[in-house]
Formats: sequence, C-alpha cells, structure tokens
Amino acid sequence: MSETHRGKLKLYIGYAAGVGKTYKMLEEAMAQKLQGIDVVIGYFEPHGRKDTIEKTEGLEIIPRAIIPYRGSVFEDMDTDAILARRPQLCLVDEFAHTNVPGSPRAKRWEDIEILRNAGIDVLTTMNIQHLESLNDQVWQITGIRVRETVPDWVLQQADDIVIIDLSPRALIHRLERGVIYDREKVERALQNFFRESTLVALRELALRETAHEIEHRVIKYEVGPEPEKLYRDQSKNHKILLLVTENPKTAMLIRRAKRVSDYLEAECFAVAVNPETKSRRLADADREAIARHLNFARNMRIETRILNGDDVAQTLVDFARRNQITQIFLSRNRERPAIPLLPEGLLQKIVRLAKDMQIVIVSERQPMAD
Amino acid sequence: MNREMRRKTPDELLSEIQAEEPEQKGHLKIFLGYASGVGKSFRMLDEARRRHERGQDVIVGAVQAKVSPEIQRLLNKLEVFPLKKHRDCMSMDIEAIKSRRPAVCIIDGLAFNNPPGFRNRTRWQDVQELVRFGIKVIGSVNIQYVEELRDQVEKITGKHVTDTVPISFIKSADEIEIVDAPPEEPIERSPEEQADAEKRQQQLSILREMALVLAADVVDHQLSDYLSKHGITQSYGAQERILVCITPRANVEEMIGTARKIADRFHGELTVAYVRQPEMSAADYAALEEKLARAKSAGAQIEILDGEDPVDCLVDFAKSRGITQLFIGHTQSSRNWPWSDPVEKLIRRSQGMDVRIFPQ
Repeated sequence: MSETHRGKLKLYIGYAAGVGKTYKMLEEAMAQKLQGIDVVIGYFEPHGRKDTIEKTEGLEIIPRAIIPYRGSVFEDMDTDAILARRPQLCLVDEFAHTNVPGSPRAKRWEDIEILRNAGIDVLTTMNIQHLESLNDQVWQITGIRVRETVPDWVLQQADDIVIIDLSPRALIHRLERGVIYDREKVERALQNFFRESTLVALRELALRETAHEIEHRVIKYEVGPEPEKLYRDQSKNHKILLLVTENPKTAMLIRRAKRVSDYLEAECFAVAVNPETKSRRLADADREAIARHLNFARNMRIETRILNGDDVAQTLVDFARRNQITQIFLSRNRERPAIPLLPEGLLQKIVRLAKDMQIVIVSERQPMAD
Repeated sequence: MNREMRRKTPDELLSEIQAEEPEQKGHLKIFLGYASGVGKSFRMLDEARRRHERGQDVIVGAVQAKVSPEIQRLLNKLEVFPLKKHRDCMSMDIEAIKSRRPAVCIIDGLAFNNPPGFRNRTRWQDVQELVRFGIKVIGSVNIQYVEELRDQVEKITGKHVTDTVPISFIKSADEIEIVDAPPEEPIERSPEEQADAEKRQQQLSILREMALVLAADVVDHQLSDYLSKHGITQSYGAQERILVCITPRANVEEMIGTARKIADRFHGELTVAYVRQPEMSAADYAALEEKLARAKSAGAQIEILDGEDPVDCLVDFAKSRGITQLFIGHTQSSRNWPWSDPVEKLIRRSQGMDVRIFPQ
C-alpha cells in the first residue's frame, strides 16, 4: 500500500433520537457522491423511519456481517468487507455502539479507527449522552445511567463536529406524529426521556460541548504563524491529581477530574496508594475495585501510578508536592456522622496537609426526583 | 430530597409576571447561524413550506434582496408579501401584515434598520409588534448582527455592521434553532492562499463557537423559565455556575484567576459572594472593598449576603442559584480540623456541588 493518509472523521452530534442526524449524514453522503466521491454505507440503522430510509436510495450499502453468539444470530458492521471494498467515504451510524460479544473489536469507534487507518473518510452520528465525561450529568438530568459511552479523547480525534439542532418542541411534535418511534413506544418516551425539560437540558449540554470541541480545534491553529490570542489567558499551567480508592464514587471522580483537566488543558494523573505493612493490606474486593478504577482512568487516557505507603494522605500529598501538582481532586467520604470523637477522615487529613494546594471535593450528581 | 422551598429571585418573579401577561399570544422562533451561507434561510423557508403544506396560513413578510435559485424555488411555493415603499426606501409593511393577519409570518434577516418614515426604528421591533398581535413569527439572524457581540465579531472579521438586534430580543424567543455546518475545507492552493484560507476558517470557527454559546445561553434561559414555572429549584447543571466566597483575607488573585479561567473555558457564569460580618476593622473593610473591585473587573456578578450563619447563608444562596462549583479558602486555623470548622461544615452541607478549597 502506497502512502496512506489517515481518513477524516466527521461527527454529527445531537441531543436525542429523532433530531435528524442520520438524515443529515445521508444528505451529505449524496452530495459527496454527486461530486464524484466513491461513497458506501457501512452501517445504517433505519429505525423504521421512512424519510430516512428514502435518503439511502442511490447509495451503495455494504451488507452486514452475521455474527453467531450463544445460539442466536446478530448483525453488525462488516469492517473487513468495507476494507476490501475500499471506498473513499464510508457512513457509519451510531458511533457509541457496543459490538456484539465475539466481534474482533469491542466498540464501533474502534472499527471506525481501522477504517480511518486504511485511509477511508468516515461520517458518523452520536448523541451527547454517550460522552463518557458527561455520564454523571446525564444521569442527573435523565435518571438514566448510559452504559454505551465514548471516551472524550476519541471525540477529540474527530476532524469535524456538527451539531444537528432542533427545538425540543419540534422534536416532541415529531415524536407525537409517530416519526421517531412506533405508537406504543411514544407514550413511554414522552414520560421518560422525551420530557421537555430533559430535552432542553440535554440540548444545552450538546450545544456547550460542541462549542468546546470547536474551541479546542481553533487552538490548534493558533500554533501557526499568526497567533491570535482571542481566548487564551496566560495564567499558570495546572496539574491535576486525583486519588483512586475502592470507593464506588471513584468513577465519577475520574470523569469529573478528566473533564476539568481537558477544559483547562491541564495534565491529569490518577494515583492509588498501596499499603506497605502486611496488617494494613487491603481486602481482595477493595484491591479489585482499585484495579478496575485505575483501568478506567487509563481508558480515559489519564496517566496512572501506584504508590506505596501506609499513610494514604501523607503519601498522596508528598507525591503531589514532588510533582508540582496544583489541584487535588477527591470524592466525598462515604457517609459518616458528624461526631467530634471520630478519628479524622481521609478527606479531612488531605485537606489539612495540603493547605498550599487547591483541593476539589467532587460531588455526586443526583437525578431529580419526580 | 431534591426539591426545596425557598424564596424566588427577582428574576423569577419578573418572568412569572411576564408569563401571565395576556397580550403575549404570538410566538417567536429564531434560526441562528454563524455566517451567511450556512443554510439558515433554506431551513427556515423549508419549515414554512412544510407548514403551508400542512394547511397553515403562512406568508413571507420579508426576504433578503438576493436569493439563491434553491431558495427562490421555495419562495415560489409561498405567498411573499409585498414590501412597502416610502420615498424610494423599502421595508416590511407591518400595518398591512396585521390586517392580513396570517397565522405564520416568515422574516428572513431580523437585523435591519427601517428607513425613516416607517413605524418602528428596527425590524426586530416590528417583529415584537407582530408577536404581541398574536402572529407566529419565524425569523433568522447571523451572530455578527447581535448588538452585544458586535465589537468582538468586528475584531475577528474586520467588518463593521450597522444593523443589529439586541441579545434580550434573541433571549425572548420561544424557540431557537442553530443552523450549524463546519466551514468549508480549504482546497489546495498556493501557500499564501492556503494561509489566508486557514485564517478565514479559524475566524469562522470562532464565530461558530460564539453562535453555539449564545444558543446555549438562550436554551439555559428557557430551562430556568421552565423549571421555575414548575416550581423546581434543583439545577440540572448543564451550565457551570461558579460561586467564589470571599472574606477580607481571601487570596482573591488565585481564587478569581482560577474561577475566571474555569468560567471562560466552560462558558459558565461567575458570581462572587461575601457574607457580611458584624464587626469589621477599617483595614478589613478596605481590603474587602479592594477584593470586590477586583472581582467586578473580572466580570463577576457581586452578591453581598446577610445571615446569622455564614455557611448556611452561602449554601442556601448557592442552591437557589443552581451553583455547580463553590470556591472557598482553606481554614487558617492550625488546629487539626475541629468539627466546628466552617470548611468542614460547608463540605457536609453542599451536596450536589463541587467544593474547591484554595490556599490562603
């Protein structure tokens, strides 16, 4: 293969099903085809939507792969077939999709990476609630824990992000007209995800995230010959450290710390402290939880370290000083009553030891009761 | 326990009063774009066509002088209302539109100063009049024509515009939709042309970002409205709202510097609060004044709070404003974290917000 350029990725982002991401993507594909670009549909999710299905007319569709799993048969994108067909541009719906177990890769975005590495440009779609670092905020807004997520750094690799916007009122009308889901699903959707306040809040998240993604890309240009410091400030560079423990809130802490460090363009480290003395050894379940959290941090592209020390607070703060950390992110202690005689908690001790640093105590976002 | 009783803020009371005003019968929908050519007019007129096909009484009140063939095809399917001529100047004829009384009136290009001799000075005032009259108005505008953003845009594009609409008008819209598309890829050109194209693309990206943030602010405004009308006081946290709590001895340089940076990067809101203390020395008073001035110059909204317990007072205020991040200073006492420590109490009480503690 002679010099392969990496294929470009363009992402159509929306705040809910039915705003028109796939429709818009198909329109773009047709426009490209009319300009002589070799376009195929790699994966398309029709959802029974007539308008959208009509838009696929005249576009070549690569048949899906058949994947047997536990006695059932699943269909998914056939990455090998697309590679063999070698188009210039490939459409792949649902960027955040998790592949059927047994597929060569766990996530669809990993398949898209393969296509791009082969020099194929890709158009894809995603809803804002699938962005990993927004998982807690989405839970707060919708009451739903989204399981299919895309790490933030993957989104940052997209060359272009376009928001497909529609007012929530228009979206609800579409839903009520039966354009988005079957009749029987509509009623339930209106009571859950498609409540107007939920949609408005998700839409705000999508708009702000897209604005941020654009800003992120503008900065890259500023390295060029004519830097325009329209947005940048000159304050000191921040370095963020977060403490990984067995506490289940650690996942939320990681997401939040990562989000803040991305926005501040700060480095981010995740540290776990492993007791040296045998008597202080952690229970197996706790050790496993810590390993899982460290792995999650690495998947989010956070640098991780395991430190040895019996005094967690002291070990952490010493590490922070040695590494010029400016901010330490912690989660709240597990609930404990405010009784003066109880020994000092970990959080309190770190706060007392690190009075020369910023300490951020991350809070759990609770969904609204309704 | 997610809902709490609290007093309403003046803003909320005002919006309730406005909501009850019976004359606001019409409806305003705005299509917002970041540059010409992104397809606002097309999206808007396509919606007009669909409404017309569904049997609604739609007219086009005003269109831009030059239109593409694509848009002309849409216009051919719609009733385009004639403009009014007054001493060689043309503008929208709102008296005639009001007597025609359509259900929906399309207005392409909301930023337009009416020539002398017309009833209102600007087109957006015409729109307000039509909306008050009970007509649904659907209009479009570009970010460069927003009054409050004009200077910022001018720095980017080098172009001065005279006809604008105020942000308050855009925020008054019942619906807003952003028409987004990335700037066209520069095709391969000579190195100088390439540099120019890249610069232009960068400019467009900044305008695009501004348009998205403005749309998000409008949406946030609608969300607060919705929540307050439904008596919900909990915040959704879609916008970051930072509250910096200062004292006369606070290290405001670092606190406000960091807060400003975070607020800018997250396109969030910044408020600085001080809880009034009963006995304050002249020196403390002067220090406080200076710190509040510093906060103001950083663009923070300043709040002076009164309350018996400073922690309760701050937390209650933060909850009422949907604060997502609370900034405070480390305790100065060298004692080992007594349970009476205000920082400790604040952390316990401020569930749902991140607390950031600063060196003093």
